[in-house]
Amino acid sequence: MNSEILGIVVLFVLTMLLAIPLGKYCSRVFLGEKTWLDFMLPAENLIYRICRINPAKSMNWKENVKASLILNLIFFLWAMLILLTQGWHPFGNPDHITSMEPTTAFNTAISFMTNTNLQHYSGETSASYVTQLVVFCFLQFVSAATGIAAMVSLFKGVLQRQASDLGNFYVLFLKSCTRILLPISIVVAIFLVFRGTPSTFEGAAQVVSLQGDTVSVARGPVAPMVAIKQVGTNGGGYFGPNSTHPFENPDYLTNLVENFAILIIPMALVFAFGYYIRKPKVGYAFFAAMTLVFVSFVAITVYFESAGNPMISEMGIDNSAGSMEGKEVRFGTAASAFWGVSTTSTSNGSVNSMHDSQTPISGGVYMLDMMINAIYGGAGVGFINFFVFVIIAVFISGLMVGRTPELLGKKIEAREVKIAALVAILHPLLILTGTAIASQIQTNNPDIGWLANPSFHGFSEMLYEFTSSAANNGSGFEGLGDATPFWNILCGLCMLFGRFIPIIGPLAIAGSLAGKKYIPEGAGTLRIESPAFIAVLLSVIIIIAALSFFPALTLGPLAEHFSL
Amino acid sequence: MKTHLLIAVRLTCITLLIFGVGYPMLITLISQVTPGKGDGEVVVADNQVRGFELIGQKFDTDRYFNSRPSAVDYNAASTGGSNKGPANPEYLEQVKARIDTFLVHNPTIQKEQVPVDLVTASGAGLDPHISPEAAYVQVDRISRVRKINRQKVKALVDQHVEQPLLRMGTPRVHVLRLNVALDQLN
Repeated sequence: MNSEILGIVVLFVLTMLLAIPLGKYCSRVFLGEKTWLDFMLPAENLIYRICRINPAKSMNWKENVKASLILNLIFFLWAMLILLTQGWHPFGNPDHITSMEPTTAFNTAISFMTNTNLQHYSGETSASYVTQLVVFCFLQFVSAATGIAAMVSLFKGVLQRQASDLGNFYVLFLKSCTRILLPISIVVAIFLVFRGTPSTFEGAAQVVSLQGDTVSVARGPVAPMVAIKQVGTNGGGYFGPNSTHPFENPDYLTNLVENFAILIIPMALVFAFGYYIRKPKVGYAFFAAMTLVFVSFVAITVYFESAGNPMISEMGIDNSAGSMEGKEVRFGTAASAFWGVSTTSTSNGSVNSMHDSQTPISGGVYMLDMMINAIYGGAGVGFINFFVFVIIAVFISGLMVGRTPELLGKKIEAREVKIAALVAILHPLLILTGTAIASQIQTNNPDIGWLANPSFHGFSEMLYEFTSSAANNGSGFEGLGDATPFWNILCGLCMLFGRFIPIIGPLAIAGSLAGKKYIPEGAGTLRIESPAFIAVLLSVIIIIAALSFFPALTLGPLAEHFSL
Repeated sequence: MKTHLLIAVRLTCITLLIFGVGYPMLITLISQVTPGKGDGEVVVADNQVRGFELIGQKFDTDRYFNSRPSAVDYNAASTGGSNKGPANPEYLEQVKARIDTFLVHNPTIQKEQVPVDLVTASGAGLDPHISPEAAYVQVDRISRVRKINRQKVKALVDQHVEQPLLRMGTPRVHVLRLNVALDQLN
């Protein structure tokens, strides 16, 4: 087998195999069962005491939402404060970086609070060491934990019978940090420093190159940030070009580990759902459905990236290495394409190649992946999005067989379906409205200087930006000149709505499911782990994504592909 | 409302201390025992620091094995890729120009031998590697300019080809180390 293909097959199989025990572990953590990290308990209890949290207090869905929103508001205010004042901080800024422009700060604060990590700034020139750590590194932990906590409340809602308790938000939040995110991040970060990723507070280094040029090399506390950026499906890189930068991703081995870190928690949480509700088969069935889509996407992108840019083949050179613009020799095309699908599936958004320079079909697959936004999905929120599709699929299956739809022993009624439909419609609404406004402005002002590329690809750049914002992904077609108030504010709002409405809506569903009577399974019960239901579910996902987004994808990536 | 607000402020402070300060400090502390001491490993030749192991350098003269084109001209303080789309006419002109320039400087090479990584820019603009093919097509030029036997230069490249680890990934050549060795050959 080709060495590049072998690399990604090994990576995928290993990640999948490790996701199962991790999923089991996560479900034990959230069910409050014994785990080997129980030695953290005294520390956690100390934190509860200091914060005056009563960990035994139960919270209904509204209280969960309230606690989550208020905590996030504090995160936002803290981030704004630091970003707007970093130029005046007395320490932790050896390269004398100035304070951020207010709309960029607004965009950045929302971006990191919402686990998006869209970056309209470039880390090495626009963020001090203090900012990188106390804003970016910090928020990458707590934003991921916010998502996981919401997901566990949803799990609990499915399991509860005629009760309102969806778990204590603060406990779920803290446990996600201490029991899941922190241990994995520490392991990944240690691996990275041993492979050469810097973790230093020294400023940029001056070196004279062999050819005699004087070069200034930016560095900093990179390793801790890169680890949590991958583990928490954040994607906010230390440097502008993210994990293409050799300090963030030194070699093929670190690339494997980082890509593993992108996928492991999203995959594990799907299994965790099955274990949590005591029906592991449901977890496996959902995982199989997602994997089918994931593997198809990988096959398509690997094919097109390895085949290379046909326009360059026509020039008559040796194009056998594939589409190498924006890619690193140490990773090659297959590992770059695999990463592209991983990062857009999981709402991670870190990149190890420039998506803007990939072949049109790959770019289109990445967008479609973010438009679905539920193939494994972001830490916690990915499963929540998937659950919305499950509700709709259960409803449709119910209609098809002429029975009141039931999900795991709970009747699905008008209220749940209405909320699910609204949440499902929100995503296309944000993306298509945003792209329409931007396209209109661009058409009327062709010299506005937003686009790095003309024609169809230019349209793709705008579509990608809004898709990435609404999906809380954070990757970009980075040629887009997006550090302007228009993009900062509009994308900021997209990220905000795209984050919190898909948390509030499903939690409301969970609240109402928790209150319902349990109906024991009978002969006519729809079994959601059955292949028939999985087929309906996949059709629902594809129909919703395809119908809403196909026209836009035709104007961008598809048109570009046929013009090559 | 007020209780939640107070809890939120306290919880922010304490998680900030753990994840924004404690965790990065711990990793920085651990990095002190790594070969580069967490500051980035350097390449030293003749008792002089010649650059960072991981950070590619600009090599565009005929005397050295050239590195890949870079959208930021190997500026390691402000990195990035070209972000040019595959059908962008301006970009395609640029690639053509790079091919022509390469052929002028390497007259013994046929067009179909020029590997694509030598005429395209990397993601961060700091790629420390080139493909083995990209090194081999420069052997004739190096041997002519430096007046070293062709076989000797080729043997040097052979030594510097790193094969994929456990048969996974891509073979590659570290340009800076190859050029340092080339200087020592003279």
